[in-house]
Amino acid sequence: MKEYRTVTQIAGPLVFVEKTEPVGYSELVNIVTADGTVKRGQVLDTSDEIVVVQVFETTAGIGRDSGIRFTGETIKMPVGRDMLGRILSGGGKPIDGGPEIVPEKRLEITGAAINPYARSSPEDFIQTGISTIDGTNTLVRGQKLPIFSASGLPHNDVALQIARQAKVPGSTEEFAVVFAAMGITREEANYFMADFEKTGALERSVVFLNLADDPAVERTITPRLALTTAEYLAFDLGYHVLVILTDMTNYCEALRQIGAAREEVPGRRGYPGYMYTDLASIYERAGIIKGVKGSVTQIPILTMPGDDITHPIPDLTGYITEGQIVVNRELHRKGIYPPINVLPSLSRLMNLGIGKGHTREDHKKVSDQLYAAYAEGNDLRGLVAIVGKDALSERDRMFLEFADLFEDRFVRQGLYEDRSIEETLDLGWELLATLPEEQLVRIDRELIQKYHPKYRKKAQG
Amino acid sequence: MEKGKENRTQGVLKRISGPVVTAVGLDAHMYDVVKVGNEELMGEVIKIQGENVIIQVYEDTAGIRPGEPVSNTGLSLAVELGPGLLTSIYDGIQRPLEVLMDKMGNFIERGVSAPGLSHEKKWEFVPTVKAGDEVKAGDIIGTVQETNIVHKIMVPPRSKGGKVKKITAGSFTVDETVCTLEDGTEITMLQRWPVRVPRPVKEKLNPDVPLITGQRILDGLFPIAKGGTAAIPGPFGSGKTVTQQQLAKWSDAEIVVYIGCGERGNEMTEVLTEFPELEDPKTGKPLMERTVLIANTSNMPVAAREASVYTGITIAEYFRDMGYDVSLMADSTSRWAEAMREISSRLEEMPGEEGYPAYLSARLSEFYERAGRVIALNGEGGSVSVIGAVSPPGGDFSEPVTQNTLRIVKVFWALDAKLSQRRHFPAINWLNSYSLYLDALNEWYDKEVSPEWNPLRAWAMGVLQKEAELQEIVQLVGSDALPDEEQITIEVARMIREIFLQQNAYDAVDTFCPMSKQYHMMKAIKRYADLARAAQAGGATPAQVIGVKSKNELPQIKFIKDYEPELEKIMKQMEAEFDAMRTV
Repeated sequence: MKEYRTVTQIAGPLVFVEKTEPVGYSELVNIVTADGTVKRGQVLDTSDEIVVVQVFETTAGIGRDSGIRFTGETIKMPVGRDMLGRILSGGGKPIDGGPEIVPEKRLEITGAAINPYARSSPEDFIQTGISTIDGTNTLVRGQKLPIFSASGLPHNDVALQIARQAKVPGSTEEFAVVFAAMGITREEANYFMADFEKTGALERSVVFLNLADDPAVERTITPRLALTTAEYLAFDLGYHVLVILTDMTNYCEALRQIGAAREEVPGRRGYPGYMYTDLASIYERAGIIKGVKGSVTQIPILTMPGDDITHPIPDLTGYITEGQIVVNRELHRKGIYPPINVLPSLSRLMNLGIGKGHTREDHKKVSDQLYAAYAEGNDLRGLVAIVGKDALSERDRMFLEFADLFEDRFVRQGLYEDRSIEETLDLGWELLATLPEEQLVRIDRELIQKYHPKYRKKAQG
Repeated sequence: MEKGKENRTQGVLKRISGPVVTAVGLDAHMYDVVKVGNEELMGEVIKIQGENVIIQVYEDTAGIRPGEPVSNTGLSLAVELGPGLLTSIYDGIQRPLEVLMDKMGNFIERGVSAPGLSHEKKWEFVPTVKAGDEVKAGDIIGTVQETNIVHKIMVPPRSKGGKVKKITAGSFTVDETVCTLEDGTEITMLQRWPVRVPRPVKEKLNPDVPLITGQRILDGLFPIAKGGTAAIPGPFGSGKTVTQQQLAKWSDAEIVVYIGCGERGNEMTEVLTEFPELEDPKTGKPLMERTVLIANTSNMPVAAREASVYTGITIAEYFRDMGYDVSLMADSTSRWAEAMREISSRLEEMPGEEGYPAYLSARLSEFYERAGRVIALNGEGGSVSVIGAVSPPGGDFSEPVTQNTLRIVKVFWALDAKLSQRRHFPAINWLNSYSLYLDALNEWYDKEVSPEWNPLRAWAMGVLQKEAELQEIVQLVGSDALPDEEQITIEVARMIREIFLQQNAYDAVDTFCPMSKQYHMMKAIKRYADLARAAQAGGATPAQVIGVKSKNELPQIKFIKDYEPELEKIMKQMEAEFDAMRTV
């Protein structure tokens, strides 16, 4: 392999090399510094005059005397069966002291798009045991459902609880978990690792760790390595894979950093104009393929800067993913765990995975009614602050109380409390029963007579 | 090309930067289709700068090196038009996804080409003209029964026409000649048309017939005309895609072109699995039989996303020329605009607002202007209605794509995240939305629905407007503090919202509501309002009037197919309850 010593410029994570033989776009590059360390990079722009290389690690130590080797191939990831149970760096090297991965295959990390025609419609209900997800924002296999959180909120606990409890009722197939950390602290990483170890989840997990002090640019490949692994486990080995990516905000910051270094025209708030496409190339790598056994389900976690859901990161994410679970500071302050605010939360694929044959026939209507009643009660809180409770009509007072009850009983649950979907729905009915029957306008009479506690008691008694 | 000068159709690559590459040593015109690199990836010329030809590539360019060859086909990006379009699902540059799957498996790899139509399949051609007849460009010369839709074979729009020398009935592929003209012109069932050029028409007409969608808030309050344009902007999660899909399913167009432009893969799959199972309410045939789908999901190449809306509208125009009413849904035009922005930034063009290219507004208006009700070259009347979803960042309608779109379209369906959060669907805000077709369509509603309809709609809008004003007061002082009369207004407005405006897309009956039912529902609500006012004038308290039991039964009407007996029963009960109020 030819080594060039024609570096002309180094700016941030970018190295400019001139007078090379033709170099392929996106090619993997090895950079050898004076002390012999090898750093990896990727070609961002190539022409017969100059080649721009983005370095995944710090550029410290790279200078005009560094040797540049173009490998002639794009970045590939060695994957193999024995990856389960392993901990790898954000760049894909084992860091758990174990042996190198024995590759069964080497796969392109960018991953090709699944042909929409080859996709199979997701419809297998995943029970997470959390009422606000199962009952009102149902997750299904093959979905990408992010958690929108903010700093200081227990999103990690929610993610861990999902990873711990997720199952498809009536199915014995186990989930494999691929966990990719991007720019999180050592402490947070330890928290995840400890839980994985404690619950025995680690042996069916692959962990990628890019910590806060690891190079930011490396973060741009970590999720791609994780998803390449996930696709291999799912579509080659038949596992149902749950991918947790945290924290996507750090990923986007890294993207912005590279954009700025390349002097690109920035889009909103300085993030690159292609951020939608870039994020889509990560999030869209979820799904089920017709006639193939496994599946990839994604739970990306992001922290909304300033709790602002209109910030470009949550905004673009929301446009690509199939819904979002919103973790809310106000609920957290009230001491409610999990502090999931159902009102801005949504699961777009919910209707495919619920109802007769999936969960229970009353699921959709109960969920709609809970939403509507809670929304109404929540609105009234603003009014009460101005006019006081006494000025409310009888009807309004009932909805106000319903909202409190909903948060206290339905939303609140224990860190290790695993509610079945029947328990969740029955709990929903129990709360709805505190409202007069004629206020349940979203549920048809037949279902009311079948599931409303009033009639159920009669039927039993 | 000057005489004597060699035509250089072969050049070499000089620079590769993502989806934009530069070639030298190549003669090219703007928008020529070129083959890039050893793998012959498809691309299009988008800029010529001295010796440099700048090309956007429709496939991933990883691994391509400077020095690899580039060849110019000399053709512009075109689609194949002919029998076989219906029920197809294409990517942004009209490659059938089914064929791609056969050729390269479950994932979309690169360097594979596939024609838009099958060139092997034989179609039964029935001539409608005979030898000796005079035909001109655009004229229909025969038909093919494609699905339950009759595909009309036309003389290509740029043909000179002439006298028919020979025309043959029988089974043909799209490449075989079905008709020969006196001057030797051979006509096949296949036309190729450059996507960036609108197909010619004889005349553009003003729209005066509504596109009936079966969605109450649309047909009832904010209708779009056949041949009209509408925009659905809304933040994520507000139900843009569901609304678009409802329109694709139920609008009374004869042909539907659905463009999934930079959207989710799973959503396209949903359309793919659902449409073949759903029945067209008019014909009883699967909806898929009248549908063409274009799916360029968000992770498919960005340049092909830019092309996808042109591919879609060209196909729509082709069916319009046969005399059909076509509706085209583009979900979402924001992703298309973003694709333009991405390409523009790679070209290092001077950006306009928020990094979008300065020509954003021009491109959007050119696109929407291809909608319309027309007299085709052959004298048939057809239309293309365009409904574009817009995804404003952060739900902020002041951003460039929304604003530039609103300057062109005539109907605005404003989706509202607050409504969707309380599960009011379709989450279209009745105060912000508008339709500029109302006046043009009044006559149709008078004639086809009822002369009472237009006043009813005006009444309903009045009540909703009044409610919005009253709500501001309620927010401050509570609803009990309102005068009796206004308490009834609030109640009636609630009924309009919950009974008329809310519609359940997932309920087998409620998903499509015929215009006659919409009229009856609104009339029933108005009747209640009138009775309530009369009762109140007669001394009844608001609690009495609002407590009328029969009105709680009204929402059930939505879910009953043959609703009329039930509605009659409820209304009788209602009259009786009000009568009783008077006698007490």
